Amino acid sequence: MSTTTGPTAAGTRTLLSARNLVKHFPVRGGGLLRRTVGEVHAVCDVSFELAEGETLGLVGESGCGKSTTARVALNLIPATSGEVRFGDRELTSTSAKDMRALRREMQLVFQDPYASLDPRMPVSELIAEPLRIHGLYDAGGRQQVRDLMKTVGLKPEHGNRYPHEFSGGQRQRIGIARALALRPKLLVLDEPVSALDVSIQAGVLNLLQELQAELGLSYLFVSHDLSVVRHIADRIAVMYLGKIVETGPAEQLFNAPAHPYTHALISAIPLPDPRRERARERITVVGDLPSPANPPSGCRFRTRCPKFAAELSASQQSRCTDEEPELSDRGTGHPVACHFAEARSLL
Amino acid sequence: MSPAPSPTTDTVLEVSGLNVSFPSSDGAVRAVRGVDYALRRGEILGIVGESGSGKSVTSMAVMGLLPNTAQITGSITFDGQDLLTLSEQQLNGIRGDRIAMIFQDPMTSLNPVYTVGAQIAEAVRAHRDVTKAQALERAVELLRTVRIPNPEQRVSSYPHELSGGMRQRVVIAIAMANDPDVIIADEPTTALDVTVQAQILDALKAAQQETGAAMVLITHDLGVIAGQADRVMVMYAGKLVEVGSVEDIFYTPRMPYTLGLLGSLPRLDQQSERLTPIPGSPPSVVNMPPGCPFSPRCPLSTPECDDTEPVLESVGTDHRAACHHSSEVSGARPDEVFDTATVDADALGEFVQAAEGQA
Repeated sequence: MSTTTGPTAAGTRTLLSARNLVKHFPVRGGGLLRRTVGEVHAVCDVSFELAEGETLGLVGESGCGKSTTARVALNLIPATSGEVRFGDRELTSTSAKDMRALRREMQLVFQDPYASLDPRMPVSELIAEPLRIHGLYDAGGRQQVRDLMKTVGLKPEHGNRYPHEFSGGQRQRIGIARALALRPKLLVLDEPVSALDVSIQAGVLNLLQELQAELGLSYLFVSHDLSVVRHIADRIAVMYLGKIVETGPAEQLFNAPAHPYTHALISAIPLPDPRRERARERITVVGDLPSPANPPSGCRFRTRCPKFAAELSASQQSRCTDEEPELSDRGTGHPVACHFAEARSLL
Repeated sequence: MSPAPSPTTDTVLEVSGLNVSFPSSDGAVRAVRGVDYALRRGEILGIVGESGSGKSVTSMAVMGLLPNTAQITGSITFDGQDLLTLSEQQLNGIRGDRIAMIFQDPMTSLNPVYTVGAQIAEAVRAHRDVTKAQALERAVELLRTVRIPNPEQRVSSYPHELSGGMRQRVVIAIAMANDPDVIIADEPTTALDVTVQAQILDALKAAQQETGAAMVLITHDLGVIAGQADRVMVMYAGKLVEVGSVEDIFYTPRMPYTLGLLGSLPRLDQQSERLTPIPGSPPSVVNMPPGCPFSPRCPLSTPECDDTEPVLESVGTDHRAACHHSSEVSGARPDEVFDTATVDADALGEFVQAAEGQA
């Protein structure tokens, strides 16, 4: 099974491509020997491509493996199996030492701007740190830090302040300035606006969009918030229990979603529009996420799937139970991992 | 869509002139400043606002749950008595019985060492003279109302054996145990995934319909408000800045802050090029300057705004806004009032040039 998230926009070059990524974490027993008693299948055979200047949104609920996928793709945690290509380099086999130089070109922005900045460093030092580590500070680093601060909407004269003197939105801007300092090609944004109030979140999203337009950055944007992802992503991959269940261009995914899980996700998100919200058709899933240490056989979503429960015949159901659906285009215009995929209009 | 309650519907809870401040080394933190509202029987009143706007403190004051250091003035009238003048013991007779509360985090509002059945039964027996067996029976019935599968078995589960969504249902079951008149739900779905959120909102609605209680729904999520609330109060810096029906607030907002919030929202149902964020950040509620607290972030701000703080004034039927320029906001789109540009293009250009020169 090697279906990727589909072709990237024509004429652009692929910057990052992941093939059949798998990540298992051991589950250890409580005894003295802490023997491995099982494995959590966090990421199971995930493939995607990200073109230069493009944004790929990785969405799903907590525990679906979206953050782990991003970290494995950056080789921050080693993959159990699979390959990641960044430009013309194969990352999974690259040594830690060689990765260091490559890291200049790929940077990560974290969710929690409170936890990801050293509270004892002034902001100008925080932003200068990546330049110093890569030996680039002496050549005009001071000015670069000032320009970076201005670029992300901070006042350069606040450079000697400490992180606690800034608001959450400003701290996230510091995180972005730090990530930009080395002029990376790829930014992996892991829930970058989830901790922020909406009025502040909008400013950070606009900043990210403008930076991308100016600098030609590629974004791997990990989020649980479909509204944010629709706004910022060119293409979207929906994950459920370690697998991509549906992927396609943002417009198509929202206008004609075909996987029952995507249906449920889209229909669960309340629209900030009272008349439309109250007139909507609701597709509700039952129950909670199964344990990723022991995923259901066949299709992983079948235990909660409204289609499986309400629409399918016994023989169709047994297909879901026995045969794992491949991520492929079943006539809906984009790849879907469902035997009975059917495009619907939900918005 | 539930019908809007008629103006003649009686009021169950009335808050007037509520002020809450906390002493701090930098001066008094004025968390709530002069909040007035009336909760009508059977309605869902949404309170929206960002972190620190005072929406939770307002409700904690109603429940009498603020620490002793809080200085509270004003009155909170429920059933003909001012809750602020009642003793702790008198409050205990009302809390959990006539007024119930649902908190954000179900793990901290449930006791980990008792079964959920025992905890629901406890809530019942605290206010009703029933046997343990009867209370447990009621617990099963309540769990069924909030749509917990196999309630007969689940009643003897411990909180850790349940998922976050199930736990929140148990909290809702406890809240509705004594058929309250008022349920206050403070960010009841914030800790949950969206698909679970949808289930919990259904359970809340079921609880509200079953008990006929009025509900105060506090959330930062405008989508949840749009789907659930009959009326909405928007809070900013400890004050109500706009109050109206859910349609007034979403379709004809009259306070620039409300308009800015709506413009900041990425929409699932439409593709937009750029959002219109509100510049700046909320003010500190310590030593607040005179004037409108939103003025420093408001594109419509004039000198008048910095001198006198606007009061809530009627701008339509059952619709009030606190803004000197509320007539200018009328009918405006967010992008007509707020600016979208955020990047300093010159600084970016210099940075790019410098970095290229280096490479």
